[in-house]
Amino acid sequence: MTVFFVVVILFGWFFSFYYGNPDILYFFVAFSILMNVFSYWFSDKIVLTLAGAKPAKREENFVLYTSVENLAITAGLPMPKVYIVNDPAPNAFATGRNKNHAVVCVTTGLLQILDKVELEGVIAHELSHVGNRDMLLSTIVVVLVGFVSILADVFRRNLFFSRNRDSKEGSVFLIIGIVLSILAPIFAVLIQLAISRKREFLADASGALLTRYPEGLANALRKISQYSQPMVRQSNTIAHLYISDPKGLQIGKKISGLLATHPRVEDRIKALVG
Amino acid sequence: MKYLLIVLGVVVLWVIYIFNSLVTLRTRAGEAWADIEVQLKRRYDLIPNLVNTVKGYATHESSAFENVTKARSAAMGATGPTEAHAQAENMLTSALKSVFAIAEAYPDLKANQNFLALQNELSDTENKIQAARRFYNTNVRDLNISIEQFPSNLIAGPFGFSKKEFFDLGDNDAAQNPVEVKF
Repeated sequence: MTVFFVVVILFGWFFSFYYGNPDILYFFVAFSILMNVFSYWFSDKIVLTLAGAKPAKREENFVLYTSVENLAITAGLPMPKVYIVNDPAPNAFATGRNKNHAVVCVTTGLLQILDKVELEGVIAHELSHVGNRDMLLSTIVVVLVGFVSILADVFRRNLFFSRNRDSKEGSVFLIIGIVLSILAPIFAVLIQLAISRKREFLADASGALLTRYPEGLANALRKISQYSQPMVRQSNTIAHLYISDPKGLQIGKKISGLLATHPRVEDRIKALVG
Repeated sequence: MKYLLIVLGVVVLWVIYIFNSLVTLRTRAGEAWADIEVQLKRRYDLIPNLVNTVKGYATHESSAFENVTKARSAAMGATGPTEAHAQAENMLTSALKSVFAIAEAYPDLKANQNFLALQNELSDTENKIQAARRFYNTNVRDLNISIEQFPSNLIAGPFGFSKKEFFDLGDNDAAQNPVEVKF
């Protein structure tokens, strides 16, 4: 996080030094922050609509509902809303702006292929995301990444229109500015992905602490990763929320370690059961 | 003199911080205990329904009903996370098991919707008691660590923070070996 702030501040400083007109920048920053805070605040509703989820009833999905209830008690969280997505691909996610507005969502495919212990492992993982406030964290990170990207973009666009400075100092800053404007967004995104992977490991660990049975989640991850069909209803916007990549295994395997939102399943299982 | 005051101020702030975090831990543990009681009470409330339902089918098994009723009132009489309370709850659990064992001999009863619903609710309540107990024990652990650890023990002693007891129902075997269900 600290690295992140330093990158943002450094870049902002270079930009305003070179261009001398911070007004546009402020506008963009305010705009992006507003957009992100808005989507964070209504995350539960937006995401559920995008995923096409329906609320689960206690009578109809007794095992799912009571598992969530029990694990919420163990974690000391208020009961989250439980939703189901009608999709044969096994997957799950959690969202909501805080623990009082939390939502846990699973697909019908997940309910079909997992037994109770494995399902509890997955739910514990999702509830840990709620307990660790990963939604807030990822929103902050997204705001910062957006911030850096906008700055870099605006900087590079304006280079072409302001070539009338000839002083030596100006050109040194120009070169540093160009290099930074190219590198900063790349680093920003890499940091974002690294944070996302770290939080997945953390949620796995806290989830195992809740169920006291890491094999449950490990088996569930094994089963989920064996299912290679993509989800029927995909949305890139919420792909990072799911416990496994909704696009299916093939694409997930090609992405190298640095560019994935989730750690490799083998690594997660290794961390869980050793 | 100035430095002395600064040091004193820092120390006072530190004492306030430790004191407040101890209060938070103690309150959380108390709240967690209330959660257990909610679940225990739910079980007490479900038992008379179960007994009445089973009685309708199995009139000759009065000793088992008496056992459950006795165990229930014993458990209701016990308070706090004491050894005696844990024992009373364990008695109740095993008495309930014997009632469910009776049901095995009565196919009509086993097919009764009301009975099945009660069985579901009771096993769910038992899971919830376990969940609430785990949350309580986690909080008690945090409180006890804080009370014993240096330097917060310097604050905990004079202000009368006392360690709380874990609520142990002695069912750790069950947690380590998941129950096998065979059909």
